[in-house]
Amino acid sequence: MKTDAAVQKSTESKKKNSFKRSSRQRAKASLFAQGEPMIWLTGGGLVVSLMMIAGLMTLIVINGINTLWPKPVDLFVTYDNKPYMGEITRVEHFNPAKSELHQHQEKVNSDAVAYFEKHNGIAKRMLVRTGNFDLSGEHYNWVNEYDVREHTTPEQACVVERTSWGRFYGFPSAFLYNGEVIAQDDNQIWETFNKHHKEVRKRWRTQRKLETHEIGKINFYEEKERLKLREKELKFGIESEQWNTQNDHFKSFHARSQSAYEDIRTEINSLKEENDKYKIRFTTADNKEKIIPLADIVRMYPANSLTFFDRMNIYLSRWHEFLFDEPREANSEGGVFPAIFGTVVMTVIMSLAVVPFGVMAALYLREYAKGGLVVSTIRISINNLAGVPSIVFGVFGLGFFCYMVGASIDDIFFAARLPNPTFGKGGILWASMTLALMTLPVVIVATEEALSAVPNSMREGSYACGAGKWQTIWRIVLPRAMPGIMTGMILAMARGAGEVAPLMLVGAVKLAPELPVDGMFPFVHLERSFMHLGFHIYDLGFQSQNSEAAKPMVFTTTLLLITIVFILNMLAVKLRRKLRKKFVSAKF
Amino acid sequence: MKNKPGLRKGNFFESIAKGERIVTETHAEINNEDITLDVKEFNLFYGAKQALFDINIKIPKGKVTSLIGPSGCGKSTLLRSVNRINDLLSIVRIEGNMYLNDDPIYDPAVDVIELRKRMGMVFQKPNPFPMTIFENVVYPLRIDGERNKNVLAEVCEKSLRGAALWEEVKDRLNDSALAISGGQQQRLCIARAIAAEPEVLLMDEPCSALDPIATNKIEDLIDAMRGEYTILMVTHNMQQAARTSDYTAFMYLGRLIEYGPTGTIFQAPHCQETSDYVTGRFG
Repeated sequence: MKTDAAVQKSTESKKKNSFKRSSRQRAKASLFAQGEPMIWLTGGGLVVSLMMIAGLMTLIVINGINTLWPKPVDLFVTYDNKPYMGEITRVEHFNPAKSELHQHQEKVNSDAVAYFEKHNGIAKRMLVRTGNFDLSGEHYNWVNEYDVREHTTPEQACVVERTSWGRFYGFPSAFLYNGEVIAQDDNQIWETFNKHHKEVRKRWRTQRKLETHEIGKINFYEEKERLKLREKELKFGIESEQWNTQNDHFKSFHARSQSAYEDIRTEINSLKEENDKYKIRFTTADNKEKIIPLADIVRMYPANSLTFFDRMNIYLSRWHEFLFDEPREANSEGGVFPAIFGTVVMTVIMSLAVVPFGVMAALYLREYAKGGLVVSTIRISINNLAGVPSIVFGVFGLGFFCYMVGASIDDIFFAARLPNPTFGKGGILWASMTLALMTLPVVIVATEEALSAVPNSMREGSYACGAGKWQTIWRIVLPRAMPGIMTGMILAMARGAGEVAPLMLVGAVKLAPELPVDGMFPFVHLERSFMHLGFHIYDLGFQSQNSEAAKPMVFTTTLLLITIVFILNMLAVKLRRKLRKKFVSAKF
Repeated sequence: MKNKPGLRKGNFFESIAKGERIVTETHAEINNEDITLDVKEFNLFYGAKQALFDINIKIPKGKVTSLIGPSGCGKSTLLRSVNRINDLLSIVRIEGNMYLNDDPIYDPAVDVIELRKRMGMVFQKPNPFPMTIFENVVYPLRIDGERNKNVLAEVCEKSLRGAALWEEVKDRLNDSALAISGGQQQRLCIARAIAAEPEVLLMDEPCSALDPIATNKIEDLIDAMRGEYTILMVTHNMQQAARTSDYTAFMYLGRLIEYGPTGTIFQAPHCQETSDYVTGRFG
């Protein structure tokens, strides 16, 4: 580079001496010939795209990471003696209406007037998460700064995350056992809370497990028996010999499961009874009393007297809950485990479906089909398929997979359950199939590229050894093309995992407590609806009743989805690197 | 009358330009040999374009035969017609026939795959398969369904020894074949080609992608294989043909001009054109 530039300079200066004008033209031409402006242009393009991606990622990461960090609790008392206690979630500056100002002047509120004069009529207001929805009917309240008479951060203020009604903010006043006060002093209450909370929650979880899993299991198997009976009825008619045998069997089964059910109910009741003894009484900032059963409290902490270590602890425990628990409070609290599980299972099934089909199609197109009008038409159509809006695939999936294929499967295999559909509705299998169809072009195109990159000399070498066409493809071409096929799979996975629109039609739902894989025979239930992180994001952001509380979770969930896609991709990239090392190398 | 002592009368180049039929000048020594491969009146067309014209050549058993000639003269095409690799191109059409030990090669009844198993081929650029050295060598047996480990190991060692590669790779048979040097890769390809004990070994410019030292080794190897294998080799390098082969055939513009013992072809060819080519006057 240096020598080039030097040579150029010397020729330029030589030219300058003899022909001034033409030398200038030469200099201009050589600037473009060197490509200096093009370097800036292309580099600029790169910088702009990188900045947009980096900005988006930063926004998601910062918001996603911050959401679960425990914030302090503030207590605001306004001039009209209304207390607002909670966490500040948002701060805004606004220009209050004139009438608002007059109101304050009429009240001769000198502090407020001074405030307006000081801030040139611009006021600050805070969105305070006051919680206590069961008492006040509000989750959030706007508090204008000029209305605030007193702002404190009370030491004893306590944040309670509970299983229903949203968060609670208050001061613990007593710990009740069997209706009797056993602790009143603040320290004592915390001590008793820490002593009993774990076991109570453990009982609560056992109870929940019994309610959902064990009773669910009984219902599941009883439903199976009932279907068997119904099958006999459809096949042989009611009161037939076979039906009668089955009916007797069903009756005895029913009696057995009924008694099992009773046993479980008793167990649940005893657990409930034990848990009902523990309660905490709170006083809210506006002096109302509220008694909350200990079993309903997921987490409770004195937000204003936490050390950094305590906060870290709460933060991590919230992440743990977020990753491994089921959602509660209309998805705005709790975890997203079913959504994570659904996303991963769906992506895996989709990959398992799309890769073999895509590879087979590409193999035929590249290795067997003779070039011509038909093949190029097919190729163009495949490429165009990649541009079809994903919602169209959703509609197709609903019509074809759910209503045609699924309904036929129901007619043949699950006739006893009709009119309730089994496969004839949205489910994880149909969602995976729909996405597989959608990502098929990606895999076909990538595989074709990979196949055409396999040197012909290798094919010829194999033929010369007496190998047939398929032997050559199977033993030489496919292994060699594997890394390229993996690239296609990675692209398909990334596209499929992040897709939402078609899923809304073919099986993703707001809440699906039953996972597609569980302990009940046949263990994999591909007909079930499922939760999906992408759909969860949409649901939180736009469908939630308590949207203020859900909004921060949007970022956290997005961060999680991106992380999962990233992890899946990294796994595939690692596999690809391994394959590439094995099958492709630079020669000489 | 002869133009020069020992040179045949007539001008092939003129005849070719006129489109006349060329009769190959085949030396009498060939008739004393056992013939492995017999090409009879062979014509080959790429679509409308004819690439080979009336080729008649007998490849003697256990000898090394070189095909020489300028670029585009059809020597590779002829070689690739022997194991019908050219068939893979749908535009190829042929006339005439070839016989491998009296079995016709071009015949509707012939199973091409079985036919190819009777020949080995070494290509211009080393083309080891993306698998281990061991698997590369035993590939012809694998596709035949051979599973016996002892048989495979035996064949592998024998072939690698036959290709003078055994000492260099015996400790890393399970390494990737793509990791060894270019010259070793080419000898590996030779080992693969002889693994199934072919009746004829076809070599398409086997040294053109190699450095001089690797070329030397391959030439030594070809020399060592003389007698045991029937080798038909295409080469660009006339010195190589002179050094390694027993018989040499000179091709020009799709015609076989002259075919005879290497010594005669290079020192006292019967045709003026051959003489011009081997002395470097054209080509």
